[in-house]
Formats: sequence, structure tokens, C-alpha cells
Amino acid sequence: MTDTPFVQIRHAQKAYGELEVLKDISLTVERGEIVAIIGPSGSGKSTLLRAINDLDPLTSGEVILEGVQVNKQLPHRQYEKHINEMRQQIGMVFQHFNLFPHLTVRENVTMAPKLLKGLSSADADKLAEEQLAHVGMSERIDYYPSQLSGGQKQRVAIARALAMKPKLMLFDEATSALDPELVEEVNLVMKKLAEEHMTMIIVTHEMDFAASVCDRVIFMDGGVVVEEGPPSVVFQNPTQERTQNFLRKHLAQYAEGAK
Amino acid sequence: MGLDFSVVPSYADALLLGVIWTIAITVASAVLSFFGGILFAVIALYAPLVLRLPFRFFAWLFMGTPLLLQLFLIYFGLVELGIDLPAFVAGVIGLGLHFAVYNSELIQTAILAVDKGQMEAARTLGLSRGQALVRVVIPQAVRDVIPPIGNNMIALLKDSALVSVIGVSELTLSAQLAIGRTYRPFEFYAVAAVLYYVINLGMEAVLRRIERRTQLSR
Repeated sequence: MTDTPFVQIRHAQKAYGELEVLKDISLTVERGEIVAIIGPSGSGKSTLLRAINDLDPLTSGEVILEGVQVNKQLPHRQYEKHINEMRQQIGMVFQHFNLFPHLTVRENVTMAPKLLKGLSSADADKLAEEQLAHVGMSERIDYYPSQLSGGQKQRVAIARALAMKPKLMLFDEATSALDPELVEEVNLVMKKLAEEHMTMIIVTHEMDFAASVCDRVIFMDGGVVVEEGPPSVVFQNPTQERTQNFLRKHLAQYAEGAK
Repeated sequence: MGLDFSVVPSYADALLLGVIWTIAITVASAVLSFFGGILFAVIALYAPLVLRLPFRFFAWLFMGTPLLLQLFLIYFGLVELGIDLPAFVAGVIGLGLHFAVYNSELIQTAILAVDKGQMEAARTLGLSRGQALVRVVIPQAVRDVIPPIGNNMIALLKDSALVSVIGVSELTLSAQLAIGRTYRPFEFYAVAAVLYYVINLGMEAVLRRIERRTQLSR
């Protein structure tokens, strides 16, 4: 087990008919590692992220978490049971938050732990209070999502995912839908998670965030991993022309962030 | 000739009883049509074909034929099959199922209109599809169609007058009985109309309250 990588993606391939969006991608993520996936839109980075918890199933290839294949081919019933168990271990945060609007902040956080882990209301409440304190949302615990700003919604969405005590967190452009002034509060929460050594895979357009928080940057384009390495290497000395072109467009932004 | 409303007060008790029965049959049928509507919507969208096809026929039967005929069929027709229902029960089943089919149409559309991200977020947390439907998608769909369902319920109140023909002594039948004794059709029908209107106002107030309560959760 010690030699098995924490997350392993092997020969991931995905096609919609003729269109191949992921072309034989293999990569590993170690426990506690924070990996950013960057690249132009349409490069397949979100598709790859969504394949990790089998939200967008791969056409072929394997996703393995701690030696257990996530996207196992099983008869329907068994697959459902298996994938629900796997997904409990993989938190995901979406671009558009996807909070449940008919539930309060507290209920958003407690629903899954109560339903899936059988937590009592009292225990679930305690858990919600902890998780919401963690993201600085304690004061809004009995609000509805419609009463929150975008940044607050995303922090609650992170707390909701963390309440399931996942081993791995996936972020799918978590700050892209936010007004610029609200990005920082979400980034701070993600930085805090990074300091706590949560394993995170982050699809992002924010180069400065990727550079300052992540251990490794993966640059994707056209459904392949073009280049990967520590941010200092990928951002400062990219070897591939496609990476250079992409970074040039984002450089002003990046330079500003990195100072 | 000339109108004479002075005969009405002596039938006040009978009319009040009629009002109570009208409210009772409306509330009972509304509850049946609400939960039936959710169940039918789930069947129409997610059940296997063996269930879906008979359901289609059943829905067609209830939407495509007169409610009055359906009430006759349930109350008089089923007796031949050995099912002898009390008039009130037959009325609730007829009205309830009829409006359940209409509610189900609304709820189906609303279920399909719930943002796809809601199902995804629920599945990502580890909920099964069924759990996600029950906890996340259906509550939102129902919340979204409370106003049109409310309109259906007002139509249901008005159509509840039809159960007078199978002998439920609700408001319309109470008025008719009074007319039979007094030969004062205008007076009693007019009073009955006013009473329906008052019940209607009460229902609208309740519906508005429910709508307001769901206001924040959008």
C-alpha cells in the first residue's frame, strides 16, 4: 500500500462521438499534495476532474483512489452502491456552488452526514457548526443560500463537502463565477485547507493562486497533459511552446499576483 | 314575485353543514391530489415501462374524460365489481385522482427544470439517485409549482360541487335541498355562490401564506 499512489489516473480517455476530449492521460497525486490543473477552456481539464468521481465517466481508463478503482465496471446496482461509497470520500466544489436553495446553510451541511452516516441531529448540528466555523460562516448558519453572497455560498459549499470528511477535494473553477472582490475569501479558505494538508486537485484560471498554493501544476491542452511540474518551473521556465503561449496571455495577471 | 331572502336564515344550519362538507371534501381531495401528483410525476418520469404505460392510459382517462363521468364510474360503476364506496370516499378518490393527474403534469415539468447541478451536487456527496430526488430535486420542483398547484386547488374547490350528484351533502346539494322545500332557487344559489366565494378567499389566503413561506428558499 505504501507504494501505491494516493490518486492514480491511468490511460484516461474520453470521447463524445468523434470528439476526443481526453487523450490517454495518466497521472498520480500523492497524499497531501495540492495539484492545479490549468489550461485553455476546452482543454479537457474540467472533464478530467469530473472523471475522478465518475460524474463524467471515462470512455476508457481507470481512476484509482488508495488502491480502489473508482470507475469500476459493475452491474448497475453494485456500481451504484460502490460509487456512492467512493463519492463520500471525494469532496467536490463547483463553479456555480450548487447549494440546495430549499435548505438552510445548516441543513445543506448536515443533510449528507445525517442521511449517509446516520449522524443524530445533535451530532450533525455540532459538525455543521465546526465546519462552518472553519470557513468563517458561523453567523449565517440559519440563513438560506438566497441570502448569501457568491463568496459566502462557495464557502458553505466547501463546508458541505468537508462535512463528509473526504480524503480528497476536487475544485472545479471554484472562484470563476465570483465577483473579483469575493475571490479572496474563497482562496483563503482553500489556502487554509492546503495548510492542513488536505489533498486537493484544483482546476483554476487563477495563475497566482496556483503558483502560491499548489505543489504541482499540470498544464493541459487539447485533451493531453502538455507539461507538469512545480509551479516555479512551469510558470517561470516552461519548456513547451503551448505552455509559453498560454502563460503569455495570463502573464500580466500572474506577474501581478506573484509580484 | 320578487326576491325574498328572509327564508334563508332558517336553513343556515343546513348551509353551514354544506360548507363544512365542501371544505372537508376539498381538503381531503387536495391532499390526495398533491401527494398523488408527486407520485404520478415520479412514475411518469422514472418508472420502468411496464408501470409507465398503464399510467399513461390512466392519465389519459382522467384528463380526457369528464370529471362527472369519472365520479359516476367510481361511485356507481365500481359497485358492479363489488366495490361499494361511501359517496364521500368516492368523491375524494374521483376529485383527488383527477387533480393529481393535472398536478403531476406541473410537477413533471418542474422536476425537469431543476438545475442539473443540484442532482450533481447531491450525487457528489454520495447520495443515491433516489435519495437525491427525494431530498433535493422534488422539494425544489414542488416549491416551484406551488402557485399553479394553488390554481388547480381552487378549480378543485369549484368542481367539488359535482359530488352533489352522487349524494354528498356538500354546499351545492344543501342549497338544492333547501330550494326543493322553498322554491326559492335564486336566493339559495346566490347565497351558495357567496359562500363558495368566501371559502375561496380563505383558500387563497392559505395559499399565499404557503407561497410566502417558501419565498426565502428559492
